[in-house]
This record gives sequence, C-alpha cells and structure tokens, in this order.
Amino acid sequence: MNKQGNTYTFLYSMILVVVVAALLSIVSLSLQPRQDENRQNEKRQNILSAIHISSSAENSAELFNKYIKEQFILNAKGEKTNGKAFNIDIAKEYKKAADQRELPVFVANVDGATKYILPIYGAGLWGPIWGYISLDDNKTTIYGTFFDHSGETPGLGAEITTPKFNEQFKSKEIFSGERLTSIRIVKGGNASGSNEVDAISGGTITSKGVEAMLKNYLTYYEPFLKQR
Amino acid sequence: MSVLFSAKNREFLLGPLSKNNPVIVQVLGICSALAVTAKLEPAIVMGLSVTAVTAFSNVILSLLRNTIPTRIRIIVQLVVVAALVIIVDQLLKAYAYEVSKQLSVYVGLIITNCIIMGRIEAFALANKPWPSLLDGIGNGLGYTVILVTIAFFRELFGSGTLFGCRIIPESWYIVNGGFYSNNGLMIMPAMALILVGLIIWAHRSKNKDLIEK
Repeated sequence: MNKQGNTYTFLYSMILVVVVAALLSIVSLSLQPRQDENRQNEKRQNILSAIHISSSAENSAELFNKYIKEQFILNAKGEKTNGKAFNIDIAKEYKKAADQRELPVFVANVDGATKYILPIYGAGLWGPIWGYISLDDNKTTIYGTFFDHSGETPGLGAEITTPKFNEQFKSKEIFSGERLTSIRIVKGGNASGSNEVDAISGGTITSKGVEAMLKNYLTYYEPFLKQR
Repeated sequence: MSVLFSAKNREFLLGPLSKNNPVIVQVLGICSALAVTAKLEPAIVMGLSVTAVTAFSNVILSLLRNTIPTRIRIIVQLVVVAALVIIVDQLLKAYAYEVSKQLSVYVGLIITNCIIMGRIEAFALANKPWPSLLDGIGNGLGYTVILVTIAFFRELFGSGTLFGCRIIPESWYIVNGGFYSNNGLMIMPAMALILVGLIIWAHRSKNKDLIEK
C-alpha cells in the first residue's frame, strides 16, 4: 500500500485516534476513585484547619468524623433543607443566583465548645479564592479561618494562606450589636478595631478580595447567624 | 550488554547531561524551567515527568517511524505526546496529589515543551528504538539537572529551606532579632532566567568550543 496516499493516511490517523482514546479512557476510569478520594481528603483537611486541627491526607477522614458532629444545608432564608453539606460544591453554587444557592454549615465540637464552620468563595487578583471560616457558639466571634487560592502571586497575594495572615482573624467580631459589620482589611499595619485585620503588603487586590468574600458570604448566612 | 552500551549509545545517554544539554546549549524548555523551580520538590517531579514523556514518546515514535505518513507526521507526534502527558497528569493527580497541585497547569504544558518535539523530530524519527530510548532519558535528565540546580538556589535563598526543611535558622531572621531576610527576587520567575544565564556562562567557560565566534 502506498504509504503517502490519502487512503493510508486516513486509515492511519483513524486507528491512531481510536487506540489513543481507548487507552486514555481506561487510564482515566481506573484512576478516578483515587483522585476523588484525594479531593475529598483535601476538603476535609481544609475544613479541619479552620478549627485549628492539622491533619494529613491519611488521618483526615478519621479526624473529620471525630470533630464534625453535624452538617446541614441552608437555603437563602436560613432554613434547613435536605442533603449532605459535604457534597456541595461551593464553586458551582457561586455561579447560581444568590437566592438559589445552597449554603452548607458544618458544626464542630472542639474540646466541648460548639463551632460553626462556613465555606466562603470569591475572587482574588488572578483567579478564584476560597476558604472556610469558623465561628464560636455566639455566632459572632471568629475562631479560625482557612484561605486558599488558585493563582495568586507567590510572596504577595498568595500570602493569604499563611498562618501569619490567618492568625489575625482569631477573636475578631463580625457583629457590632445586631449589625453585621464583617471584617475590614486595612492597609499599613493600622488594624486596631475588633473587626479589623492588616492587609498583605503588595497584595492589596487579593486582600480586598478576601474582605469582599467574607462580607458577601456572611451576608448570605446572616439569617442563620441571627438565630441565637 | 556491551553492544547495548557502546561508546556511541553511552554518548546518547550522557551527552545531554553535560556537553550537549538541551536547556543551556539548545535553550529549549526554558518556560517551565522558569515556572516550577521556586521549590525543589516540584522541580524534581517536573523533571521526572518530562523524562518519562521524552523516553516513552521517543521509543513509541521510533517504533512507528517507518509507518507514519510524512504529511501527518507532526500530528501523529502530537497525539502520542499529548496522550502520554495526560497519562502522567492523571497518575500525579492520583498518587502525588500535593505535587500535582503545585505543578498545576505546567504538567499539561509538557506537551509544548520544545525538548520533546525537538528530540522526536531530530532523533527518534531517524533512529532505532533503543538509542531513541537512551536519547530520551538523557535529554529528560539533562533538563532535570538544570531544573534542580536552579530550584536549589531559589528555594535556599528565597525561602531558606530545602525540600521544605528549614536550612537557614529561624533565629537569623530580622523578625526574630537576627540579621537575615529572604531574597524576595529569588521567588520571582525573573530570577530563574538570571540563574539560567549564569549557568550558561559557567558552562561555556568550561566548554570553550561552544562559544560562537
């Protein structure tokens, strides 16, 4: 057969594509369960780190079951609905209209004290940022935070993941009386109020993104947070 | 064995590690060398991933070389390379999840790494599978050596750590009352380019015949 002819070229490319497609499908299907497991472990680790529990991929499931006592989903009015909070993909919910979103809540028990863990999601400078915020029993004092990002600048915006930035949020108040103030992120090391933390130098837009993300999500959860 | 590792075959494997390095002599694969060298661990995983892809793609295309219609040669090469890269990406996501997150898009971009297409076109399509395998491994490792060298300096001076372990004591830092602070420029990709330049300089002063007249 003429190796440079059209028939041969067509047959060659068809066989090649079919073989490669079959191979890739097999690889993808056989590795899928393991990849899902990794993603779930990461999510458990993130949730746990918002209540200052450090875990590894191996023990995350065990620690998660130990600390997280209850999980439920809220609708926009703050009413509980059916479903499993852990399975909610917050990035997908973010794309829906605000009153259509399902809002997951995780209730943790840390040394006898109840903590509420809420997922948050927003935009940084280059791409999405997200995290979890945990509140004390009174639903106004912050217990811990966890932030992550997909592409913020290393050394600048990406510093939102560091313990140094996260530690500032502890013991801050998101309510002033009955009014939701959320957290202000201020420049120049001037944070002084009970709802202010220092921004990251050189990471102003990412810091503002964190501020907006907190404000938005705490507003979505406001009906729930006011049920005391 | 002596035939398998004849002087000529040894040169295919070892040449790219020093004299004929793909990154610093042919200046291929620079983009990922800048992107993933801020820390040692992702640099090594990236190097090994590229080595696996160059080795397998060289062998596969060397086996197919007499059957490929010339007109769709590049497309066939791309399909094979892309399939291998997706397999590497899936394996990393399943077995080295943390590292695959750090490498993020750069694993996918191995497809566009010029070393791979360069070696297929220049070597695998004209040689038997065994020398092609050696050539692929050699060039992959040559790339790895440069990445690891750059990552070593960038992680040490940029973060004060190696493989995530602290090398420069905490007490040296200004915040803890010391005199030292990390070099922020080392974290930036621009510094990787400067380091590549320095390595090329050192390499050319050692191998004088590489200097263009």
